[in-house]
Amino acid sequence: MLNWAGCWALFVKEVRRFYSVAVQTIFAPVVATLLYLLVFGQVIDSQLDVFSGLAYSQFLIPGLVMMAILQNAFSNSSSSLIQSKMHGNLTFVLLSPISPLEFYIAFTAAAIVRGLAVGAGILVVGAIGFDLSWQAPHWILIFAILSAAMMGGLGMLAGIVSDKYDHLAAFQNFIIMPLTFLSGVFYSIKALPDFWQQLSHFNPFFYMVDGFRYGFFEKADVSIWLSLSVTLLFLLAVSVINLILLNKGVKIRQ
Amino acid sequence: MSAVEFCNVKKQYGDLQALKGVSFNVEEGAFFGLLGPNGAGKSTLINAMSGLVVPSSGTIRVMGQDVVADYRQTRRALGLVPQELIADPFFNIREMLLLQSGYFGLKGREQRAWVDELLERLALADKADSLTHQLSGGMKRRALIAMALVHKPQVLVLDEPTAGVDVDLRRTLWDFTRELHKKGHTIILTTHYLEEAETLCDRVAIMQKGQIKALDQTSALLSKHAYRYLKVVVPKSYLQQTPQLPQPLQEILVETEANALVFRVDKDVALADVLGHLSQAGVPVEDIISRDATLEEVFIDLTADHSAETGEAAC
Repeated sequence: MLNWAGCWALFVKEVRRFYSVAVQTIFAPVVATLLYLLVFGQVIDSQLDVFSGLAYSQFLIPGLVMMAILQNAFSNSSSSLIQSKMHGNLTFVLLSPISPLEFYIAFTAAAIVRGLAVGAGILVVGAIGFDLSWQAPHWILIFAILSAAMMGGLGMLAGIVSDKYDHLAAFQNFIIMPLTFLSGVFYSIKALPDFWQQLSHFNPFFYMVDGFRYGFFEKADVSIWLSLSVTLLFLLAVSVINLILLNKGVKIRQ
Repeated sequence: MSAVEFCNVKKQYGDLQALKGVSFNVEEGAFFGLLGPNGAGKSTLINAMSGLVVPSSGTIRVMGQDVVADYRQTRRALGLVPQELIADPFFNIREMLLLQSGYFGLKGREQRAWVDELLERLALADKADSLTHQLSGGMKRRALIAMALVHKPQVLVLDEPTAGVDVDLRRTLWDFTRELHKKGHTIILTTHYLEEAETLCDRVAIMQKGQIKALDQTSALLSKHAYRYLKVVVPKSYLQQTPQLPQPLQEILVETEANALVFRVDKDVALADVLGHLSQAGVPVEDIISRDATLEEVFIDLTADHSAETGEAAC
């Protein structure tokens, strides 16, 4: 039987952790992302026609929102875990009767909350300043949650395998950052040369951005079902790997 | 009934075998001391008991439950005060205690009252709303004890709780652990200090290089090393002549250094007798340094004398 009370307590602790430094964990990413919108959206708006009948800024906003969700969900679980390992306070959780599954659920759920909080902040400002359509809001919500969960899990994985902040920074700068920037946040992959277009299909973040954008315009580069399948597949893979590592105690229980 | 049972517990870190098949029991209600030098395997052993380390092989049972298969029950039965002064930098002490309670599924008015009682009893009430980085080392140590007690465990493990603390706090911690022991908690204490074990523990195990080297009642163990070391400094030229010492001195000579002779003298032998022998033999004494046996020497002594009776429990 699951220790839901313990899982909830850990989830609350993780949410309170990032909320206690909300300027850094929520407001700063919102402002940073809005600067992208200001620079790229305003400057290039009239010069690009990505999807017919759609202003570039309209196209860009969902991509930026998803990019922020992905990066912040990843940051939340990865930084919390590595900090707890470095400070040693992870011991408190490890001494409790919380199972690997409950541990995983709590950390991932908190990552989802942070990802959605940052994403919602950008969307609110974007909706005020730009004309956004909300054609299929259920897809918006589904992709936001699943993608944040996948990245929360990936962040946990990075936190588990990293021994120091340097390892985590390498993971973030050499894997997460390039994959998000090359996922079609700023462009439709149809605008790319054939080789790069084909290569983009091997980037799982592309499907998350594309599926999320579909919720706004019901227009996408690939089928919504393909995007959903890839997102679910990666979420499942990341979850299974995490649970195996947590069950074995790899780099957590020495 | 045994509160904790270790059965052939081994732990391998790469080429290093930190635990080499440790077996012994700690009876329920005992005040048990686990002694040993740095690297002896004490912390590895109690971390394995607490679930912080996964043993390579062997079994550990806490209150009759296996720490791997029945980890939820064993973690509810066990509270660990870790050696390092760890704290969560985002929360104050009260928040940390309430969150820790939550991990065990404990909440409500009764739990809050228990947290308040812990804060009061450990003299932390006026610092309950302080972030942990604002606390002194002693306060952090007391906060860790409170953290280990939030779920009212039957077995409390203190991993070197008095390392680096001042005399007052050491006394406070001793009094508090004695009180917990009287209330029926089983206490397991790891320490470097024989004096601490002698004062508090009714039974002691000595670990060395991942093995139990001695396991006995504290009084019996301490009586086995009633000796001291006497270092007699002499001119180098005297030792170069390979002097013949009288028989009584030869029997207690344990080491010859470049300019000193080291004797092991039983505590019931008067130093004046030894000095008399030195004088009679015409040893040109320049200085005399006396010291008690170090913990390591006690280990070696005990191991040499009692290697066949380590007291390890069959399992």
